[in-house]
Amino acid sequence: MAARKTVKKPNVSSEELQQIYHDMLMIRRFEEKAGQLYGMGLIGGFCHLYIGQEAVVVGLEAACQDGDKRVTSYRDHGHMLACGMNPKGVMAELTGREGGYSKGKGGSMHMFSKEKHFYGGHGIVGAQVPIGAGLALADKYLENGRVTFTYFGDGAANQGQIYETFNMAALWQLPVIFVIENNQYAMGTAQKRSTSTPELYTRGAAFGIPGDAVDGMDVLKVKSAGTKAVMHCRAGKGPYILEVKTYRYRGHSMSDPAKYRTREEVQKMREERDPIEQVKGILLTGKHASDDDLKSIDKDIKDLINAAAEFAKESSEPGVSELWTDIYAE
Amino acid sequence: MATEILMPALSPTMEEGTLAKWLVKEGDTVTSGTILAEIETDKATMDFEAISDGIIGKILIPAGTEGVKVNSPIAVLLEDNEKIEDVSLDSDIANSESVAEAETNIPSQFFQTITQTATQIDNTPDWPDGTPLKQQTVREALRDAMAEEMRHDPTVLLMGEEVAEYQGAYKVSQGLLDEFGETRVMDTPITEHGFTGIAVGAAFGGLRPIVEFMTFNFAMQAIDQIINSAAKTLYMSGGQMGAPMVFRGPNGAAARVAAQHSQDYASWYSHIPGLRVVIPYSASDAKGLLKTAIRDPNPVIFMENEILYGKSFDVPELSNFTVPLGKARVWREGSDVTIVSFGIGMQYALEASEKLLEEGIKAEVIDLRTLRPMDTGSVIQSVMKTNRCVTVEEGWPQNSIGSYISSILMQEAFDYLDAPVINCTGKDVPMPYASNLEKLALVTTAEVIDAVKHVTYR
Repeated sequence: MAARKTVKKPNVSSEELQQIYHDMLMIRRFEEKAGQLYGMGLIGGFCHLYIGQEAVVVGLEAACQDGDKRVTSYRDHGHMLACGMNPKGVMAELTGREGGYSKGKGGSMHMFSKEKHFYGGHGIVGAQVPIGAGLALADKYLENGRVTFTYFGDGAANQGQIYETFNMAALWQLPVIFVIENNQYAMGTAQKRSTSTPELYTRGAAFGIPGDAVDGMDVLKVKSAGTKAVMHCRAGKGPYILEVKTYRYRGHSMSDPAKYRTREEVQKMREERDPIEQVKGILLTGKHASDDDLKSIDKDIKDLINAAAEFAKESSEPGVSELWTDIYAE
Repeated sequence: MATEILMPALSPTMEEGTLAKWLVKEGDTVTSGTILAEIETDKATMDFEAISDGIIGKILIPAGTEGVKVNSPIAVLLEDNEKIEDVSLDSDIANSESVAEAETNIPSQFFQTITQTATQIDNTPDWPDGTPLKQQTVREALRDAMAEEMRHDPTVLLMGEEVAEYQGAYKVSQGLLDEFGETRVMDTPITEHGFTGIAVGAAFGGLRPIVEFMTFNFAMQAIDQIINSAAKTLYMSGGQMGAPMVFRGPNGAAARVAAQHSQDYASWYSHIPGLRVVIPYSASDAKGLLKTAIRDPNPVIFMENEILYGKSFDVPELSNFTVPLGKARVWREGSDVTIVSFGIGMQYALEASEKLLEEGIKAEVIDLRTLRPMDTGSVIQSVMKTNRCVTVEEGWPQNSIGSYISSILMQEAFDYLDAPVINCTGKDVPMPYASNLEKLALVTTAEVIDAVKHVTYR
């Protein structure tokens, strides 16, 4: 079993750093806008924001190749944007419009893109984990060399089906990376109140699955750890567990008052560990970008998100006939 | 440009709330993420954050105000260079978007809930006259169906407990490992929840898995993956991806295996949009329907029965024999009563019809074969002729398949009914172990005969 290691910072070009900054900021601005639209009643139901966790998906997307797959839970907006899905289509799904990825029939928690190899968007805690291993089984069967990123949280890490899946993934040497996004709270229950052993990356030990833990607020460390995991899987060595220690700034969902932690705890994390500010710091101090470059990125993102929000408001509600379509494939 | 800060909806059900406390005052500079106020919703007190940078120009709703409607302005946010005096609250404010309640004119969907009526009924025989037949057990027919489809489509694989080396817990997969190898015939650990989820993922990923449950009783551990993941994804993805796969295995009571191993899940799965549900009785139906199920692009529940595995029937010797889903089979024509059944229930229905014939009562016996989509048209057409109906199944009475057929007949053939429909079902008890009690718990041929006499007033 691999112990927790310090991951060396990789050499990253200015261009890639700027892209990473762009993608993380895009997710944050998108989520802030989604929160605003929720407040206005344009988004309904459950809406789980990704703010604070941006480095996880952006770092791991930087480690994967075209054709690799990903599947996650209901906190899925960040994953979709990071893998290249159109913010307009994602936002319009949040507002339940025909321009959404699922024509308005899935909503925030249930969204998919075959084109971008994004397999959901699953609302049942832990259910996406065997599904991710199944995607990897298909890849192995079809011998296409692909890897599947299967994301789940520290809450789901206590689900029984995870361990059934670990066993089979190891037994069958499936090319799947189990990414545990440990944001420290399973809804409102702190990890220490729900979890007997906090080192989630060791949870595969009983099955012989190697694991690693990484600082999920540092996008370059995430990328580096992800690259190592991908190499392991692509080399045919079977599954890999990556625990990414992260933090969500907002409540579990929009209707969570978050009284299980202090304002100071959240504020301290924002001020000292913010993943976007960290990249901004690297960009500026390393002279990878100027203030003007960043302002220009900020403006582009603002325009992109405003356009997504406009599209999501303007797109029509799905036609009444949509009630009866897509129940069965022909 | 100044923007209005609106009272937010902070829960799925919130329409108004109390502005409990302001945490900023007029003139304060705020940035995205600054907590502006505490708002009491119908469930809790929530922090309300700024989402853009600026200066609080004016607080419109004082702290302590109750019943503040969602989307009404509560404050004005200014940009750096603006002064509140310069802003006309009526006209100069952007973002005071009111959300128009979309008044969609939704037509009544009532008649959509009633299934297709007896307009288009497919009465063609399953195979042409003169086709050579051979006697085959249901077990052999199922194996042949899988083997033929696996030869035809390299993405079809079989997975489940004991399907490979053991050759199947009930020997249904006999010989498949030898022919197709361990990549396509996979033994799984005894972990239904996990391997069912893996199979669903494999279906999303381009394969066509056949999942064998040693019995459907054990599939209860996996039912979340079957329903929430396999059945609903096509709809939730707006048609982008679904789960072309088959879940098969024995269903219902075997013999003396008691409560936890003897449940009939026919009505459970037939409840679910997105699933197809098949429950054959004969060997030819087992073969023809399983081949169709494997080719179907949707998740199919395919329920077998342990007692029927060894029973032999005529099976046509055709190279590409299939039976369409959603087409009932009339086993016996008659004019006095319609007996509707499926799966092992057909055994009681056919036995009863023979004994009734000795007494001069001509029963028409319909095997539904597929429960979803259900060929209600054939049932309705038959009842329009016989004016009486008895349903037969081993499952429990409440929300049974029979109760659904009764409701369909009441809605669509009310004027044709000369007697209330009777549902013969298993008794409303967990299956007992004791031999005598088990017999009493199951539906019997005698009960079917009694029910027919009741509806025919004999």
